[in-house]
Amino acid sequence: MYDTGKIIIGLIIFVGLITFPIYMNMGKAYEKPEPKVDTPAIQQWEKEYGKKECVESKAYMKTEHMKILNEWRDWVVRDKNRVYVSSSNGKKFDMSLQNTCMNCHSNKKKFCDSCHNFTAVKPYCWDCHIEPKEKEL
Amino acid sequence: MSINRRDFLKIAGVSAFMSLGGVSVIQQLWDTNVEAAQISPDPRTLTGKRWGIAIDMSKFKTESDYKALSDACHSIHNVPVINNPNHEIKWIWPETFEHAFPGQEDEYLTDSVKHLPFPLLCNHCENPPCVRVCPTQATFKRSDGIVMMDMHRCIGCRFCMAACPFGARSFNFIDPRPYIKEQNKEFPTRTKGVVEKCTLCYERLAKGNIPACVEASKGAMVFGDLADPNSDIRKVLGTRYSIRRKAELGTKPSIYYLI
Repeated sequence: MYDTGKIIIGLIIFVGLITFPIYMNMGKAYEKPEPKVDTPAIQQWEKEYGKKECVESKAYMKTEHMKILNEWRDWVVRDKNRVYVSSSNGKKFDMSLQNTCMNCHSNKKKFCDSCHNFTAVKPYCWDCHIEPKEKEL
Repeated sequence: MSINRRDFLKIAGVSAFMSLGGVSVIQQLWDTNVEAAQISPDPRTLTGKRWGIAIDMSKFKTESDYKALSDACHSIHNVPVINNPNHEIKWIWPETFEHAFPGQEDEYLTDSVKHLPFPLLCNHCENPPCVRVCPTQATFKRSDGIVMMDMHRCIGCRFCMAACPFGARSFNFIDPRPYIKEQNKEFPTRTKGVVEKCTLCYERLAKGNIPACVEASKGAMVFGDLADPNSDIRKVLGTRYSIRRKAELGTKPSIYYLI
């Protein structure tokens, strides 16, 4: 084999470069996003009903909220249905992102954005829907 | 291997049965929709077969009568005020008789009609050409006659604007947000690149309220179900002479003007 030394050195440099992100982040604590659910509206709800609850269970909302929002928009805009009965607690909700979801989750920056930024998803909800007013932190 | 006629028919029959059954099984798995009982319309919703408005032109005297309508509508629907006519957005606006009713402007019209601005809005046609051309069904006709916009689906192709003979649609050439003075936090704005128009206050009907312009007109506009012979609007139309914009095109507008 010709130029063995050069090739081996080149390979070592190449492997070093390509694994750069791995050893740079080694040992660093993995920061899990923690969406905050402590807005005044949620605290008020907790006082009234004894527990924090959403339109569906927490686990379901965590994985399926985007599907629920997608279904809600069709049901409201296209099918004229506006009332949603929760299958987890039987309560009735007005299907509205701006008026129902964001009424409780008035902390968009610490709720929606904390996970969306972490996973680098950019939903375009807020191009049209008005986000709740928050104090700049 | 040979196969006799009897075995062939048996196999064919069983496989046909299995394939039919297979389809229904797949459909069962596919169909993850919620039960019908889980969603319902708001009980306060006003229901009708074909909503319409009759506008009594004799009750429009001063400029403030027109302004009341557009102010009421544009403020609750976050309609931007853009002075550049190329970019302007309008849901309800005044227009002269000759522009509103081309072909009907006779040479010696009475002064009252000739110089009277007519409040124009989406006609919520029974046979809407905008709906026919929309490639994504972003604009569609609801069962109560409202020609609706689903902004989530609009791709901004503007076919509907070309199809609408009434100029009732506006396109967002620029981001409308900076031009909205006071946002109504209960209603969304629109974004750059979508078409918008009057939606006959579908969000107010769902709460049992009549459209905002009708409310602001203080009796100059009558809202009701054109399909119901006992409705207020049918009674008015039965007693007064009325005209519609470009009725000859066959789109069957639901907005009537009482002369």
